[in-house]
Amino acid sequence: MAKQPKSAMSRALVRRETISGYLFLLPSLIFFVGFVIIPMVICIVNSLTDANMNTQGLGNFVGLKNFIDLWKDDTFLEALKNTFVIVIVSVPTVCAFSLWVSSAIYKLNGKLLSAFRCIFYLPVVTGSVAVTVVWKWMYDNYTGVFNYVLKSTGLIEKNINWLGDSKYALWCIILILFTTSVGQPIVLYVSALGNVDQSLVEAAQVDGATNFQVFWKVKWPQMMPTTLYILVITTINSFQCFALIQLLTSGGSGTNTVMYYIYYTAFKLTEKAGHFGYANAMGVILAIFIGLLSALQFKLAKEK
Amino acid sequence: MKDTSNRSKAYKVFSMIVLIILALLFLFPLYWIVTGAFKTGQDIYATTPAWLPSQWTMDNFAKLFDRRSAPLFEIGALVGPTVPGAIRWLVNTVFMAVAAMLLTCITAAMAGYALAKKRFIGRAILFSLIVCAMALPKQVILIPLLKEMSALNLYDTLWAVIFPTVGWPFGVFLMKQFSEGIPGEILEAARVDGASEWRTFSTIVLPMVKPGIGALAIFTFINSWNDYFMQLVMLASNSKYTISLGIATMQAETSVDTGLLMAGATLAAVPIIVVFLVFQKYFTQGITMGAVKG
Repeated sequence: MAKQPKSAMSRALVRRETISGYLFLLPSLIFFVGFVIIPMVICIVNSLTDANMNTQGLGNFVGLKNFIDLWKDDTFLEALKNTFVIVIVSVPTVCAFSLWVSSAIYKLNGKLLSAFRCIFYLPVVTGSVAVTVVWKWMYDNYTGVFNYVLKSTGLIEKNINWLGDSKYALWCIILILFTTSVGQPIVLYVSALGNVDQSLVEAAQVDGATNFQVFWKVKWPQMMPTTLYILVITTINSFQCFALIQLLTSGGSGTNTVMYYIYYTAFKLTEKAGHFGYANAMGVILAIFIGLLSALQFKLAKEK
Repeated sequence: MKDTSNRSKAYKVFSMIVLIILALLFLFPLYWIVTGAFKTGQDIYATTPAWLPSQWTMDNFAKLFDRRSAPLFEIGALVGPTVPGAIRWLVNTVFMAVAAMLLTCITAAMAGYALAKKRFIGRAILFSLIVCAMALPKQVILIPLLKEMSALNLYDTLWAVIFPTVGWPFGVFLMKQFSEGIPGEILEAARVDGASEWRTFSTIVLPMVKPGIGALAIFTFINSWNDYFMQLVMLASNSKYTISLGIATMQAETSVDTGLLMAGATLAAVPIIVVFLVFQKYFTQGITMGAVKG
């Protein structure tokens, strides 16, 4: 499109391409605009109003009041803090772990490789609800395997109420989130490692580089786009951690997160009962944080 | 030289052992769900875990199927035979996942082709809008989505879960990646031969992006099956529940009956795992292609 169409013929072609292009896009656009773009716009507009469950239409415009209230809301600030703890802990560990696993398995023969890849992907496929109910049992104070194993190996003396104790609950949730997050990065890293330019690797080996040097100096830079993508998706995933919180602790024991608090504010009966405007304001803040973090990761990756 | 090769061999053995241990740990929750479903109450509440059921029992499944019952399906006036509620949940889930999958594949294949191969006005803007939307957390828009669905009279129907899944732009993005690979000359030749746009698409483009459609189909199916948050917000009545939502509510009602929950979790997890294992080749491909130009 950079070049201006020179003749009437190519102008007709452009028109034809535009019309047929949009016809092909139409079915998809109906869903995309209807169920993604419009709700997004409503979300932003609503965050500036006092709309609640019973409001017809948009509610009264209150400017930035919801956002100012949020910064005075201790529950929100705690939820924000927890969300950041989850992101800051899980993103680097997921990345490092999946990088290690991938580099250990990518040279294995086809069957073994896909077996390992499948196993690490299984927790994702199993589904958050099934995963959560079994972990809840495993963490159980009396009948859980965690207490049994740790006690019989002598690591702890008394049963620990993992999910009821605010010292441990958030970490328990991070552990489950970790097991359900590494699947996709491993698949991505395995294929990125397989695509590394072999001639560069061989050249480095001829020059006497150690395996370690080959990895960091030759392979790692080539995998940067993959790493970036993994960072972004893992960040988004961690920010969205919801089912675990709702089903395990209902936001108790110091595990409230922004995502859960949005749900709680919008749908549970509280003093802010069904306050959609307030909940949407949180959604907007969350989206801004994710946008900023993604942009930051892009920038860091580009500089390298 | 010998020393380093010995060391690297030792490292290989060591890393293999660690990998196997990790793999077993990752498999354990699944093992625990499935065996738990067949354990007696005595085994389940034992303080010393029964690593294998001391006595295999179907009681948990019997209890699961003995709960509320519902018609197998309701399409307008057509009402199916009465079956246990859990079976109805499974039927709902399959319907939801299949509908989301079909709609996503059709719309995304068309849109991906247009974005990759058509040089139309507004293409660049539209594409960046799609990429930006992908980076946003879907859950953020759930509340406005809920209001929209009640305005459209779709609240508490499976369509309220299906439509937003179809609208999610990942599929379009993925299909664009796959369509980039179609050689322009072939399309040009088809045009010179006077093939209509639709004919070009259905006879030339579709066969070439088949692997992409396979990847997207399985990806959408699994994601839709497991998208618990959306189901939780959009579905209200028991007969509309999906299997995930059904188990989650069961957990809230009977937080002590672990055996029952494991039976439910088995019912939810095993079908989707089988689907995954059968189609995992496509799945891996889809994940990788989506990232190529992330």
